[in-house]
Amino acid sequence: MIRLKPGTRHTVTLNVNGKAITGQAESRTLLTDFLRHELKLYGTHVGCEHGVCGACTVMVDGRAVRSCMQLAVECEGANVSTVEGLAPLGELNALQRAFHRHHALQCGFCTAGILMSATHFLEDTPAPSEDQVKDMLSGHLCRCTGYYPIVAAILDAAKEIRAVNPIQKEKP
Amino acid sequence: MKPVAFEYCRPDTIAEAVELLAEFGPDATLLAGGMSLGAMLNMRLVRPTALIDIKRVGGLDRFTVNGEIRTGATLRQAAALSNEALMRAVPLLALALPNVGHFQTRNRGTLGGSVSHADPSSEIPLALVTAGGSLELQSKRGTRRVPAREFFLDILTTVREPDELVTALVWPKARAGAGYAFAEIAQRHGDFAIVACAAEAVLKADGSLASLAFGLGGVESRPLVTETAAFLGKRADADLAAGIADAAAAAVTPMSDFKATADYRRALVETLGRQVLAEAFGQAKVR
Repeated sequence: MIRLKPGTRHTVTLNVNGKAITGQAESRTLLTDFLRHELKLYGTHVGCEHGVCGACTVMVDGRAVRSCMQLAVECEGANVSTVEGLAPLGELNALQRAFHRHHALQCGFCTAGILMSATHFLEDTPAPSEDQVKDMLSGHLCRCTGYYPIVAAILDAAKEIRAVNPIQKEKP
Repeated sequence: MKPVAFEYCRPDTIAEAVELLAEFGPDATLLAGGMSLGAMLNMRLVRPTALIDIKRVGGLDRFTVNGEIRTGATLRQAAALSNEALMRAVPLLALALPNVGHFQTRNRGTLGGSVSHADPSSEIPLALVTAGGSLELQSKRGTRRVPAREFFLDILTTVREPDELVTALVWPKARAGAGYAFAEIAQRHGDFAIVACAAEAVLKADGSLASLAFGLGGVESRPLVTETAAFLGKRADADLAAGIADAAAAAVTPMSDFKATADYRRALVETLGRQVLAEAFGQAKVR
């Protein structure tokens, strides 16, 4: 059993984008704030802080989740993927290129979260229907695009990923 | 919009979890997926002395489908939804789950957390109540089983004692030939339901109604199952669906809030109720 006292900072180790990173967090520190303020990963944005807008979405242990509704200490030892991990060598991946091609962002505030949701979604659903994409996107708010370019980008990216990597296994 | 300072406790076993609950009593808050609690902590609507994170309690996310259908408290909604055997065994849960939040919240939200949280508009409590399921609770004092229809008292209020942990939900097996239906009206898909209706109908060989559970969520301060005994034995058709929905609408005392007035909720019980009942009758196989 772990017991972490309030009002003091504790060591938290996460595996972020494939690298073990250690930082300090109070027991009440949100994962979003830990990523941004402690690990200096500012790609993950903070919007509503009650799980509605989707801007803070990251992948924890392979699943797209809200980082504003979990604590850093809850995630001790977890594998966390953030938008910074999508283009580790500075080159956009297929999904990011599709967003660029389709003008699927304007101000970009919501984009990091949507990219992380779509990354997990396309692993689970490599050949999605438009309705499935829209259902997944219902967990995100975007005030610039009207969503259509985002839907088009995700469908296009799915096609490109399937062409490169046709045999996709269902996750257990 | 940041939580108050609290002690974070992460037990590995049920024994440790109930020990912590006994220690902190009402000053402790249990954390499972945190998809409702996280927001309430951030808004400081909840200010616990201790937060007891049960996500890593061994075995609490297991479920069984053969024999008794039991879903562990920390079984994630997405994990339940993707298990075909479980979804076949509990049709009301299968129909309800796609309406619960979004892909991103179902990935972390749990079945037990949603039921324990007891939001009156939540889908999983409605499914459990309509199905006639029950909950298993454990404390240092022992374990007990509570029928879901007796579990909910009011908005966010249940019969769970401060030292008790909900360990599992128990679901009755799908009844052979029964028809199931679920639908809700929300401002947007994934939002809290303004009204949600769930139904399980069994018909006799002559097409008359043998048994019916008609559940309503979002209407009163807790999920409820309406009185339908007067309609048994009657021919299960659109007229009967309308009669049952209208009777339910007349009997309920709906909430009024910023999303909908009591009158609007009552009207939804009528129209959505008719549709859901007719759908359940249509799905039921005449035996």
